[in-house]
Amino acid sequence: MSRGRPMTAVDQFADSAATDSVTVTRVPADDTADAIANAVEPPAVGVALPWDDVALPDEAERDPSTPALEAARTGVTPAAFAVADYGSLGLAATPDGSEPVSLYVDRHVAVLRAEDVLPDMAAAFDRLETAFRETRGSTILATGPSATADMGALVTGAHGPKEVHIIIAT
Amino acid sequence: MSSEKAAHIRRLLDTEREAVGENTRGFNQGRYESLGRLDKAEQYREQARAIKEDAIERLPELVEEVTETVEENGGTVYVADDAADANEYIAQVCADRNAETVVKSKSMTSEELEVNDHLESRGFDTIETDLGEWVLQVAEEAPSHIVAPAIHKSREEIARLFTEQFDPDDPLESAAELTAFARKRLGERIREADVGMTGANFVTADTGTMALVTSEGNARKTVSATDTHVAVAGVEKIVPSVSDLQPFIELIARSGTGQDITSYVSLLTPPMDSPTMDFDDDTALSDRDADRDFHLVLVDNGRLAMREDDQLRETLYCIRCSACSNTCANFQEVGGHAFGGETYSGGIATGWEAGVHGQDAAAEFNDFCTGCSRCVPACPVKIDIPWINTVVRDRVNSGESVPLNVLVDGLTPDGESDGPGLQKRLFGNFETLARAGSAFAPLSNWVAGTRPAGWLLERVAGVDARRELPAFQRTTLVEWANGRTAGTDGTGSETNRRVVLYPDLYTNYVDVERGKAAVRVLEALGVDVVVPPVGGSGRAPLSQGMIETARGNAADVVAALDSFPERDVVVVEPSDLAMFRSEYDRLLSGEADSLAERSYELLEYVYGLLENGADPNALATAEESVAYHSHCQQRTLDLATYTVAVLERCGYDVTTTDVECCGMAGSFGYKEEYYELSMGVGERLGEQIPAEADHVVASGTSCTDQLDALLADDPIHPVELLAPGE
Repeated sequence: MSRGRPMTAVDQFADSAATDSVTVTRVPADDTADAIANAVEPPAVGVALPWDDVALPDEAERDPSTPALEAARTGVTPAAFAVADYGSLGLAATPDGSEPVSLYVDRHVAVLRAEDVLPDMAAAFDRLETAFRETRGSTILATGPSATADMGALVTGAHGPKEVHIIIAT
Repeated sequence: MSSEKAAHIRRLLDTEREAVGENTRGFNQGRYESLGRLDKAEQYREQARAIKEDAIERLPELVEEVTETVEENGGTVYVADDAADANEYIAQVCADRNAETVVKSKSMTSEELEVNDHLESRGFDTIETDLGEWVLQVAEEAPSHIVAPAIHKSREEIARLFTEQFDPDDPLESAAELTAFARKRLGERIREADVGMTGANFVTADTGTMALVTSEGNARKTVSATDTHVAVAGVEKIVPSVSDLQPFIELIARSGTGQDITSYVSLLTPPMDSPTMDFDDDTALSDRDADRDFHLVLVDNGRLAMREDDQLRETLYCIRCSACSNTCANFQEVGGHAFGGETYSGGIATGWEAGVHGQDAAAEFNDFCTGCSRCVPACPVKIDIPWINTVVRDRVNSGESVPLNVLVDGLTPDGESDGPGLQKRLFGNFETLARAGSAFAPLSNWVAGTRPAGWLLERVAGVDARRELPAFQRTTLVEWANGRTAGTDGTGSETNRRVVLYPDLYTNYVDVERGKAAVRVLEALGVDVVVPPVGGSGRAPLSQGMIETARGNAADVVAALDSFPERDVVVVEPSDLAMFRSEYDRLLSGEADSLAERSYELLEYVYGLLENGADPNALATAEESVAYHSHCQQRTLDLATYTVAVLERCGYDVTTTDVECCGMAGSFGYKEEYYELSMGVGERLGEQIPAEADHVVASGTSCTDQLDALLADDPIHPVELLAPGE
């Protein structure tokens, strides 16, 4: 981190999220579609992004069927929020199938708004409590790729993605 | 029985020790590192504990609340009295769904129910999708660890198993190949599944949200790929609200496998609005319905009775993180196939097995807990796991047969009304043995050391003949101290401290030299020392589950030391100090608080004296190297650092060990059925002692005995290095 500037929640998130299997890219909102296009490996599917100024590029097939999802290498979804100190993403389970789109693929591309990065788990659970009491929704706190050590060594891509690409629209 | 047990342990040491040891030690090391990075770890432990205490206190009310909430959400709640009740309900759900295939994510509670067998018997194909659980399902084996169930199997064994069972097209060798193979095969089963069954790490009463702590993603697929979700959870998994989850999520993975957090913490409020999946339907996911059935099966199976049991209740706070398994020296050697019952394994399993399967299930393995206490600071909800083991041991003892003969009665004048058997009685009544052994020394030592006596002890009392027995001294520490002129009078010296040196049984009757050294060191630092005759602390009977005898000892010790209210109490043997500071509180219901406050471990006290101006040059100093092994209970009390600091101030170059326990653990290593296990644990310790060290020192009697057996080096207590000549 550059000296003199205090570390922001986004800095901290990027720092803790990035690993061998996770990349973090920060781009202005206008450039997000290009950044997503660069991050996908075809065939790719995705769900609509819930922001007016951030669009899903054509490289990702929108609203896939189950067979299309099964055939896809990449799934693009929004992340509702992130947790800075753990590098975790909050992935909401929504009627458009965002949850399985983030799971049944080798590569998950998650799109996040910088203002949705929360400092810590306490803030995340406060937010979740308020939301769940109202909506009775479901959210996955996802940190890194799917992983297992059950076969004698750490392997990514046990049942879900092998790699995660996070694009933060600033 | 005991030779059968010894053979079982020997077999596990030969087959599973290496994989279990490597994995559990890795988890344990990860726990230290991960929790070390969490600033608020202690605060979260307090919070987690408080949430569980409150939730269990209000459990009936919370069951009612969660039932209303889940039903309001559109799901169903079934409270099952026992395993049969739960299994029958789950089978009926599957039948109503016309299910053929049930996929499962990992759940210890479902293992407790043995629901797979029940569903298979009803014709439902039931498949575990967690890779470790699936390996065991294919191998037809039981889990050896509550979090990493196939921890005992090496990569090579899994490769062999898959090759034999599935005859794969390409050879399987690496972990990546094995994982890819399993993913593909299980993916096909998930695809065709009708019912998804999960456990739940936590369930919130306010919203009906369940938290699933996983890393593979199979639990997510189990739920998303099916239209009928059955979640099985013990009733104790309910917490009041969503925000209550936070401290647990911060602690659970760090405490268990040493990761900061697992890949997926699924917070699901079923039935979810995520669409159901049909792998043959070209409709867009967003146009498909989210028409799911959800059944939450809350399992009692003995838990509500545990809630009424003042001693077992704490078990219900357990979040099944596995820290108590991973930190346990005995578990690291044999794993859950020895240190475990019908379902659960590790230290806390004694509570679970006694509560859900009955005391006999716990009796099978309860002895593996030596009371070393290393799990106590590891437990994220602060359960006193050794105490639960002691209580269950006491209850098990009541059922053991007691040989009625004069010899036994004469040697074991304890306070137990019935049980335990002879082996435990012999060790529990060490004080009587020590007194008699000292009175007849050296004759008693010659007799005990002879082959016929060793043979007799092994045959009759299960004392392993390969162990050297303690040699009792004719002149006890108390006799020595009272037969000499004190070296100093503390009044008027710069420290002005007055001390009772507690003559623990080993220091008084066996290792008198370390007692003498303690007196000399304290006196050299200007302290006035008395060594009055005070009985055993009760540690020996307590370790055998003889709680009433220990309580009597504790009351006597408190009364004896109360005669010296103006003196600090200094203790040589760490396990006895741990009694004063921890167990006496339970045994005497808080009446020993003042003793706990004024008692110190010997080198902790010396450190305090040096910090307050006492002159280290009054001690024997030397620029030599020392290998130091601190005692397990001393580590739990956070006291090991003082010994290191004092040795360093006296010029020594100190290296320390980081094994959790020496493996002797009081009487444990003397018992014939555990001798090999004890030496297995000790081997790890032996490897950490540098051969070139000038001195090997240890704070506990057991540790010095074990090191002596391992290294034949006659190790001493650190105070013996520091004592000035007389």
